[in-house]
Amino acid sequence: MPSTSTKAPLTPHLARLEAESIGIIREVAAAFRKPVMLYSIGKDSGVMLHLALKAFAPGKPPFPLMHVDTLWKFREMIAFRDMMAKQVGMELLVHTNPDGVARGIGPIASGSALHTQVMKTDALKQALDKFGFDAAFGGARRDEEKSRAKERIFSFRGPGHSWDPRAQRPELWSLFNTRIRDGESIRVFPLSNWTEYDVWDYVLAEDIPVVPLYFAKQRPVVKRSGTWIMVDDDRLPLNAGETPEMRMVRFRTLGCYPLSGAVESEAATLPDIIAEMRAARTSERQGRLIDTDEDASMEKKKREGYF
Amino acid sequence: MTHHRAPENRELLRFLTCGSVDDGKSTLIGRLLYDSQLIFEDTLAAITKDSRKHGTTGDDIDLALLVDGLEAERQQGITIDVAYRFFQTPKRAFIVADTPGHEQYTRNMATGASGASLAVILIDARKGVLTQTRRHSYICSLLGIRDIVVAVNKIDLVNFSEDTFDRIVGDYVTFASELGFRSVMPIPMSARYGDNVTSKSGNTPWYHGPTLVEHLEGVDVSQDLGAKPFRFPVQWVNRPNLDFRGFAGTIASGRIAAGDQVIVAASGKASRIARIVTADGDLPVAEAGQAVTLTLEDEVDVARGDIIVRPAERPAVADQFAGHLLWMDEEAMLPGRSYLMRIGNVWTPCSVTSIRHRVDVNTLEEHAARRLSLNEIGFCNFSAGQPIPIDPYAENRTTGAFILVDRFTNRTAGAGMVAFPLRRASNIHHEHFTVDKAARAALVGNKPMVLWFTGLSGSGKSTIANIVELALHRAGRQTYSLDGDNVRHGLCRDLGFTAEDRVENIRRVGEVAKLFVDAGMIVLCSFISPFRAERQMVRGLLAEGEFVEVFVDTPIEACIQRDPKGLYAKAQAGQIKNFTGIDSPYEAPEDPELLVRTPGRTPEDCAAEVLAQLRARGIGC
Repeated sequence: MPSTSTKAPLTPHLARLEAESIGIIREVAAAFRKPVMLYSIGKDSGVMLHLALKAFAPGKPPFPLMHVDTLWKFREMIAFRDMMAKQVGMELLVHTNPDGVARGIGPIASGSALHTQVMKTDALKQALDKFGFDAAFGGARRDEEKSRAKERIFSFRGPGHSWDPRAQRPELWSLFNTRIRDGESIRVFPLSNWTEYDVWDYVLAEDIPVVPLYFAKQRPVVKRSGTWIMVDDDRLPLNAGETPEMRMVRFRTLGCYPLSGAVESEAATLPDIIAEMRAARTSERQGRLIDTDEDASMEKKKREGYF
Repeated sequence: MTHHRAPENRELLRFLTCGSVDDGKSTLIGRLLYDSQLIFEDTLAAITKDSRKHGTTGDDIDLALLVDGLEAERQQGITIDVAYRFFQTPKRAFIVADTPGHEQYTRNMATGASGASLAVILIDARKGVLTQTRRHSYICSLLGIRDIVVAVNKIDLVNFSEDTFDRIVGDYVTFASELGFRSVMPIPMSARYGDNVTSKSGNTPWYHGPTLVEHLEGVDVSQDLGAKPFRFPVQWVNRPNLDFRGFAGTIASGRIAAGDQVIVAASGKASRIARIVTADGDLPVAEAGQAVTLTLEDEVDVARGDIIVRPAERPAVADQFAGHLLWMDEEAMLPGRSYLMRIGNVWTPCSVTSIRHRVDVNTLEEHAARRLSLNEIGFCNFSAGQPIPIDPYAENRTTGAFILVDRFTNRTAGAGMVAFPLRRASNIHHEHFTVDKAARAALVGNKPMVLWFTGLSGSGKSTIANIVELALHRAGRQTYSLDGDNVRHGLCRDLGFTAEDRVENIRRVGEVAKLFVDAGMIVLCSFISPFRAERQMVRGLLAEGEFVEVFVDTPIEACIQRDPKGLYAKAQAGQIKNFTGIDSPYEAPEDPELLVRTPGRTPEDCAAEVLAQLRARGIGC
């Protein structure tokens, strides 16, 4: 028997964002031969996955999830990933760049730039080629970073996953141009028009599970370049005289643990997090060490195939 | 201003800003972000550093640097693409489409306008209403924007003069009266110093209206979509198991309740709404903007692309219609050329049958035109590959909007807005005769097809075709030849050699060849036919396997050397214009059925190769 909705309605603002994203996700399922949803375990991925589940109810999304594992994610992220895949009942593909592993690439041994290139960017291209995906969902938002503000919702990638800002197609209305030739692909960003606020408001309204690392807790950390780095396992070499201390910290964005800075915080619940964010004076990307090299660095990474 | 709590339950406002290079558009958006405290400390530190490197404001922070994103435009100091910015106040959340103002980027402005419900048009107080102000206003009007803010910027540079402001507003209102705007709100402001942007300026005591932000927070831009006729474009058929068959999509307009009578617009098949399914449970009623899944009470044939409507509020269903077309591709639009049209969730071939007029976006004058180049706008007649449900764009931005895509590059080449269906489409029906192509072909023992010889002038197309036809004739096959030079004496005597005329020439030949194939014959066509799009168009007119493309591949040097009609000599001397291979391009086939390389071979040898190909296709010869 069909159930009748009893849930409190979303605000008009969130309802509109939700409907737009569901429309985008359905479009990909209808227009592409073999789509995949990139699942990076963070809050944005969580929202995107939730939207996909809603888009195809009472069925399941007609595509798998894929995680590009750099082998340096927080342990809690990996546990959460496996728990979520099981809970939603979707196929989860996990890919790690074997060449990178053979070469011993890592954020500490190789530096963040090389690690990101080999274990994220190259690994992603390998995985997309290996399975022959012609469309890949990503959870990026336009408000995250300046060069993202011009990204299309359906972003065209030429042969070899190349991204040319001048080859991007104009997007009018919701009439997405989904036509591609062999060897070309599309990256799709259903959360393009969401802000960090919207994501957290929606997580709260829809009761979406998120990795516990977003909530403040006593964690073992060391101070590096003005930010707190968590000692998640014994692969993080300590400098002379450096000892991990327990601090009440949380993460605004998640990635490879040696590259993800924590902030000191008391916010241990979703309403606390939202209140803290609304009072925040720094952007969420501040904790991400890969963006700060120079101002145009994200654009460069995208040209090279980074999500 | 505080932003430390979520906005009230007001609808998100999407608006665009348009202005010319120096009107201060990026500065205004930077100001909105800055004043709504959405500029974080780390971002501000980055642009303070950059202001010294790229900025144009001396030691002040250049707010424009907050929004000019891509490296290329940072270096050039201009904005070359549409950027989307986000900010919110305690009352409302906003998405701003930041669009460039240069003439050559009309397409970007249209892109931004297509998703916006209000436009902020910047006017430099020192310069007043300019040509570009008219252009921006017209494009906004064309794309269906009904609410306008006229931001008279840099008011500080005219000493906050009320007279100047009044004069500019007067000019604007006079000019805009014919553009059909619902509201026009003029505001004097200085984006650089913040006057009347978020807070009321003490420098303009004569101005009693709202600040820009106050106006944006309060403006009602609702189009009352829920009150319009119900339109539900089916996006995806959801069949998770044998017991469920639902039609997923987003309601474009109107509202619907379980139990309501509906029909499928194109087929006229009727049923009732059984359920309105969502992941959160069934809804008793749903309206415009909601993404839902509908189930019907009857087993009705419904597919992606269909539109579900109410029986009493049907859209027109037509394969020919008139509308505006904004061209966005470097390669010009030529009437007769086949593009792919996306309208709603339907993809179908489409061509412009005629350009009624081109609109000069600066003067709004109408001119005759034979093509539309990048950033030009025309009012055209269209012919689509199948009947489609359409509404006028002015009534429905979802069922009245379409894009045209280049069939070879897949670039989004045009943006269209339906004006009205053309009656001829609904009144002319194909006659079905009892004696058909198969019957005619059987009588003469033929397998009808088109042999399409393409190649440069002087490549040997006609010579080879002539030998092939003779061999077929001797073998008792009914044939007919269509040759470039011959049809130009009759059927196509009114056409020249411009790109437009070459497209029309091949279109006519294609239609004639199709009739001969229908009569059961083997048709040999020898045409330079330089463009892939037109050869593809002829292929599309015929059934699978009936079009055999023969590329007579002779290098241009050899053609020039042969020059059987002395044409290359004339072309090189400048006496013939638009000559293929000299000053007009030849697009070689990428994957022809047969590639005949002529250098070092006799015509008989080449013809034998074609005949062998025909035998392989079951033609006795």
